[in-house]
Amino acid sequence: MEAINNLLGGSAVPDVLFYVFAALTLLCGVLVIANPFSRNPVTSAMFLVLTIISMAGLFVLLHAFFLAAVQILVYAGAVIVLFLFVIMLLDLKEEERRKIKFFGLVAGLISVGGIAAIFFKSLSAVHPAGDSAGPSLEGETYALGKLLFTEYTLPFEIVSVLLLVAMIGVILLSKKNLE
Amino acid sequence: MHVGLEHYLAVSFLLFSLGLLGVILRRNLLVIYMSLELMLNAANLALVSFSRFNNKLDGQVLVFFIITVAAAEVAVGLALIVALHRKRQSAHVEDLTSMKL
Repeated sequence: MEAINNLLGGSAVPDVLFYVFAALTLLCGVLVIANPFSRNPVTSAMFLVLTIISMAGLFVLLHAFFLAAVQILVYAGAVIVLFLFVIMLLDLKEEERRKIKFFGLVAGLISVGGIAAIFFKSLSAVHPAGDSAGPSLEGETYALGKLLFTEYTLPFEIVSVLLLVAMIGVILLSKKNLE
Repeated sequence: MHVGLEHYLAVSFLLFSLGLLGVILRRNLLVIYMSLELMLNAANLALVSFSRFNNKLDGQVLVFFIITVAAAEVAVGLALIVALHRKRQSAHVEDLTSMKL
């Protein structure tokens, strides 16, 4: 922890690291959805792991250490394993190259353009409150846990119920004959 | 140039657009699901950077909940895909046309 703080304390190193991790995240993100070499879902899943790990690096740069750990544990550990397990279970053949529909492409570009418009419009209005003193927040487990169990107790309990519901739903769905 | 909130938001925006394009353009249900995960992660990144630059921890708590909900969502969604594959022997959106007008 001390070493990371010392490393992040300087100004030049985190900036370089940000560009490295951001480029890695975006590159692997592109390769998840459009890999020119392979249409296999397994490759997409592998690049999703890389995206998530480099995003955990971004979280560390944002001093959200606990969330970086959770990100790797939950996503790279559980979610991707689930994906790979389902790919194995379904025994998917390599997806043949289908022609991208013109309508789909236009719809996608229009929606991305809309989001871009909102993004650039709202970017000028962004003035972080902690700008004057510089960010000083530490995403420590202690502070996060304290907030989680005082202010956010009700959502925490509701999420536990949600997990139970999801678990029961998955067990029901994966029964051989759905009644 | 010093890395600020805008940089993180730009990365988040680009990642979200990538996920959206993947959802719209890809035809494989599993890859569509992975694109959904990309979009959720983009939202997470935006929330963490907001939390960092506003000196408030609430954004990180929200990200915590989002990760939990995303995990539950993946479990249910993949179970649905498996059930669908059992019935139709396909994981392609173009083969699922029973709700087409």
